[in-house]
Amino acid sequence: MSEILLKIDGKEVKAKEGMTVLEAARSAGISIPTLCHHEKLEPYGACRLCIVEVESRGWTRIVVSCVYPVEKNIIVRTRSEKIDRIRKMILELQLAHAPDSFILQDLAKEYGADRNRFEKEPSFCIHCGLCVRYCAEVKKKNAVGFVDRGIRKEICFIPEIASKECWNCKECFPLCPTEALQAAYVLVEALISPTFLQTRGREIGSG
Amino acid sequence: MDKDRIDQIIDKHNCDPGYLIQVLLDIQAENNWLPREALERVAERLQVPMTRIQHIATFYKAFSLVPKGRHQIHICVGTACHVRGASRVLDTVEGLTGIKPGESDLDLKFSLETVNCLGCCALGPVVEIDGKTHGKMAPAQTADVLKNYD
Repeated sequence: MSEILLKIDGKEVKAKEGMTVLEAARSAGISIPTLCHHEKLEPYGACRLCIVEVESRGWTRIVVSCVYPVEKNIIVRTRSEKIDRIRKMILELQLAHAPDSFILQDLAKEYGADRNRFEKEPSFCIHCGLCVRYCAEVKKKNAVGFVDRGIRKEICFIPEIASKECWNCKECFPLCPTEALQAAYVLVEALISPTFLQTRGREIGSG
Repeated sequence: MDKDRIDQIIDKHNCDPGYLIQVLLDIQAENNWLPREALERVAERLQVPMTRIQHIATFYKAFSLVPKGRHQIHICVGTACHVRGASRVLDTVEGLTGIKPGESDLDLKFSLETVNCLGCCALGPVVEIDGKTHGKMAPAQTADVLKNYD
C-alpha cells in the first residue's frame, strides 16, 4: 500500500491508498461531523454532513468525505464559510424531522442552525441507515429495512425476524442519531400488527 | 400463483440474486401483484433478505403488494388532458367500474390509476388500458371501450 500525502486544514497528512478523506482526517486528529458514519459499517454517504472542500489542480469541489478516497496532493478544507453554510442548511432540514435530537441540537448550536426554520414533520428519522446497515452488516439478521421511497421512505422491521431476534439485541437503538425511541416504536408497531405487507401495500396502493 | 410456477421463474434466471428485480417483474407480470408467499419463496431461493425485497417492492411503482385487476386503466390527468376534459372521463370511468384511482374492483377485473402525462398530449384526453392508448376519449365513449375487456 503506497502512502499518499495530502493537506487537511493546512496540516500535512499521510494516508494509505484506499482510505477516505474522513478516515485520513480523523487519523490526523481533525474532526469532521458525521451522522451516518460508523467504523464497523461500510461508508454510506447518506447524511451529507461530512462534506468538505477539496482543492486539486486549482479547482475546488465540494465532496462527501466519508465516501471520497484520498488523492495525491489534494488540499482539503473541513471548515469554510461555504461548508458551514451548507452544513447549517442540512442540519435545519434534518431538524425539521427530528427537532428534539440532542446530537442535532448540539451541531445546530455549533453551526448556528435554526431548528424552527422549516415546518416540522417529526418523523424522527433522518434516513441515516445506521440501524438498517448495522442489522445487515454486523448482526447479519436483516430484521429492519427501508420501505418506500422519497418523502415516504421509512424504516420497517420484518415481524417474523424481529419477534425472534430483536428483544435480545436492540443494539441498533443507541446508534440512532435522532432518538433511540424511534427504532423502539417502529419495532413495537411491527410486532403488534405483523401484517405489514398487506396494510402497507394498501396504503401505497391508495396513495 | 403456485409455488412451482414461481420456482420456474426463479430457475429461468439461474437462481441468481442479481436477477431479483427481473424475477419480481416476471411474477408481477403474470400475477398482477406480488403475494407475500411468493416474496418469501423468492427470498428463500435467491438467498436475499426479506428487507431487501420489501425495499425494492415498495420502491418501484411497477410492483404491487396488493391484488391488482387483470386490466390496468391509466387515465391521464396531465395539463393537456385536464383542459380537454380528463376529469369528466375519469368520473365516468369511476362510475362504470365503481372504483377510485388506486383501487381495484372486487372481481379483480380492473385497476384504476391516474397518471400525469403519457406523452401524447395531442391525443388528449388519453386513457391507456393494458398499454393500449385510447386517444380523444369522450365520457360517452368510455363504456364502449371498457366493454371490450373482461
